[in-house]
Amino acid sequence: MAKTVFKRPKSLKENIFHYCPGCGHSIVHRLVAEVIDEMDIRGITIGVPPAGCAVLAYNYFDVDMIEAPHGRGPAMATAIKRSLPDRVVFSYQGDGDLAAIGIAESIHAANRGENITVIFINNACYGMTGGQMAPTTILKQRTTTSPAGRHETLDGYPVNVSEIFSQLKGSTYIERCIVNSPAGVNKTKKAIKKAFKCQVDGLGFSMVEILSLCPTNWKMTTIDSCKWMDEVMIKEFPLGVFKDTIAAAKKTAEAT
Amino acid sequence: MKGHIKINKELCKECHLCIYFCPNGHIIPAKEYNIQGYRPVCITAEKECNGCAICATMCPEIAIEVFRE
Amino acid sequence: MNKVLMSGNNIIGEAAIRAGCLFYAGYPITPQNELTEYMAEHMRKADGGVFIQSESEIAAINMIAGASATGVRVMTSSSSPGISLKQEGISSMAACELPGIIVNIMRGGPGLGNILPSQGDYFQATRGGGHGDYRTIVYAPGTCQELADLTMDAFDLADKYRTPVMILADGMMGQMMEPVIFKKPKPRQYSEKFMLRGAGTGKSKFIRGLYLDPIDSEEHNWKLARKYDVITKNETLHEEHNIEDAQMVIVAYGTAARIAKGAIKRLRDQGMKVGLFRPITLWPFPELKLRALSAKIKNFLVFEMSTGQMLDDVRLALQGYANIEFHGRPGGAVPTPAELANVIARLCDKND
Repeated sequence: MAKTVFKRPKSLKENIFHYCPGCGHSIVHRLVAEVIDEMDIRGITIGVPPAGCAVLAYNYFDVDMIEAPHGRGPAMATAIKRSLPDRVVFSYQGDGDLAAIGIAESIHAANRGENITVIFINNACYGMTGGQMAPTTILKQRTTTSPAGRHETLDGYPVNVSEIFSQLKGSTYIERCIVNSPAGVNKTKKAIKKAFKCQVDGLGFSMVEILSLCPTNWKMTTIDSCKWMDEVMIKEFPLGVFKDTIAAAKKTAEAT
Repeated sequence: MKGHIKINKELCKECHLCIYFCPNGHIIPAKEYNIQGYRPVCITAEKECNGCAICATMCPEIAIEVFRE
Repeated sequence: MNKVLMSGNNIIGEAAIRAGCLFYAGYPITPQNELTEYMAEHMRKADGGVFIQSESEIAAINMIAGASATGVRVMTSSSSPGISLKQEGISSMAACELPGIIVNIMRGGPGLGNILPSQGDYFQATRGGGHGDYRTIVYAPGTCQELADLTMDAFDLADKYRTPVMILADGMMGQMMEPVIFKKPKPRQYSEKFMLRGAGTGKSKFIRGLYLDPIDSEEHNWKLARKYDVITKNETLHEEHNIEDAQMVIVAYGTAARIAKGAIKRLRDQGMKVGLFRPITLWPFPELKLRALSAKIKNFLVFEMSTGQMLDDVRLALQGYANIEFHGRPGGAVPTPAELANVIARLCDKND
């Protein structure tokens, strides 16, 4: 008797994704939903979608969700979590939302050690608006607003979000992952689960930065996008755990 | 270990991640179009699938269900 | 009931807490810092109360929107430039039908302006000031007692209509100390079906202001418009002072109305029959009541601490049925009752 080893998670609605072919959002939505299923937290989870490609995330996640103005997700998530401390609150954001317009809200939520989880999708450009330069666009990368390639003196350097956030004393768990391979996808799921668990255990601010494919705006095939991420993106945005004080936070929590 | 997959052709967007990552090259593009206007993928060598689920792990559209004996 | 002597900013804070406000986020800006500090001290003492000094006024409005969605009573406060920053958030709350109180203790503008009292934010408060087809209920208290009463009423209105409500005061009212009585708050009526608290075992829901489909979007806008019509019909407030035999009526609100009352006393002592029409809701503006006065009264003077903003609403209300003059002092200058009395006396001489 064959048993099912893979099927659509329950916390994902049956709607067809509006995302482009090969988009990392689709993969990550599924991973987050799988974690919500496995942790059995669907009924107590509240999510905050970004302004960006994932603005319609409420059409996919079968959890309570509230739209936030561009970049303000962490501020809303902060307030929701402080008002309902026993719910699981996550903010799902892209490059502009988290690292440009919303950088203050992101940094300060982390700095205050808000017990929320941020899922940060880094695709090195602004997807929804047509592929403009993002804070995470890599030097020399061509986008619609850096047509000659990102230039350090004219456009500044890419922003390394995980590195910066790991410096904040308020943050507990920061990891950067990638979804361009099965190994990457599996590791990403583990990181997402660890982040949600960090929140459920009341141990502080967790963020998973996920390097994600954007074949449409990179003007590449899906497979070439996967290769570009290995050849170029990882060099600017190395993978790994940038902060993990979960154990220490647990000790402190148990002591009090 | 034996396994098999079920591909929901109407969900496929022709990204070909499954084709690229299947360790045994068992997935190929189909010839017909689906309702979204993409040419979906389909499986060859069905009897040799081992249900590793790598294709499903990569599929953004959750178009693939995987079963194992 | 005990009378308490408090300053305006603190009165608003105390009234909010008594009305059951359980979430406050704000950023320091003069001349409303006392209110933020009051909430820092007292909000956390309330059972379940949350105070956050946010990183900006923008973060604050978005925080109260998030908390409001979970079903708690919320408030933020700022002063003119900070209120400018909050506009997207206010528009968003109106679109998502989230209740919340925004307090603006107006200061001189535009730009950084100064920290003196002013009434330069009338347009901002009543004409948007955020994008899209929405209206914000605007209360303009004229006394410290009204600061206490209207703050409490604002929470009830916000819940009743699921919409943001603004308390528009100014730097003078924020600092002014008067004895007030805090009335008993009404029991809260707000349905759980509007609250986002996790799907539990039921259907998930989402709150949003994005309607990509044009038919949905238009219908949403009309739905809001119908709500604003109901508010206009039911919630308009104003005060008439010395109107019965008046030959000239001053139209003023807030601190300007207080100054006008002082001017009216002087003028009446000299035999001039002057009265005051004081809008208490600036939106909805009491235009029907004002227009009704023009059947008998043909001379109005709009008096604002600005270069003339409510003036537009008075013109719209009176529709040319009466003569309208204007006297204003913008940029933080605070006129005196004597000055206003002189202006009116000269006008009355001219008219005779």
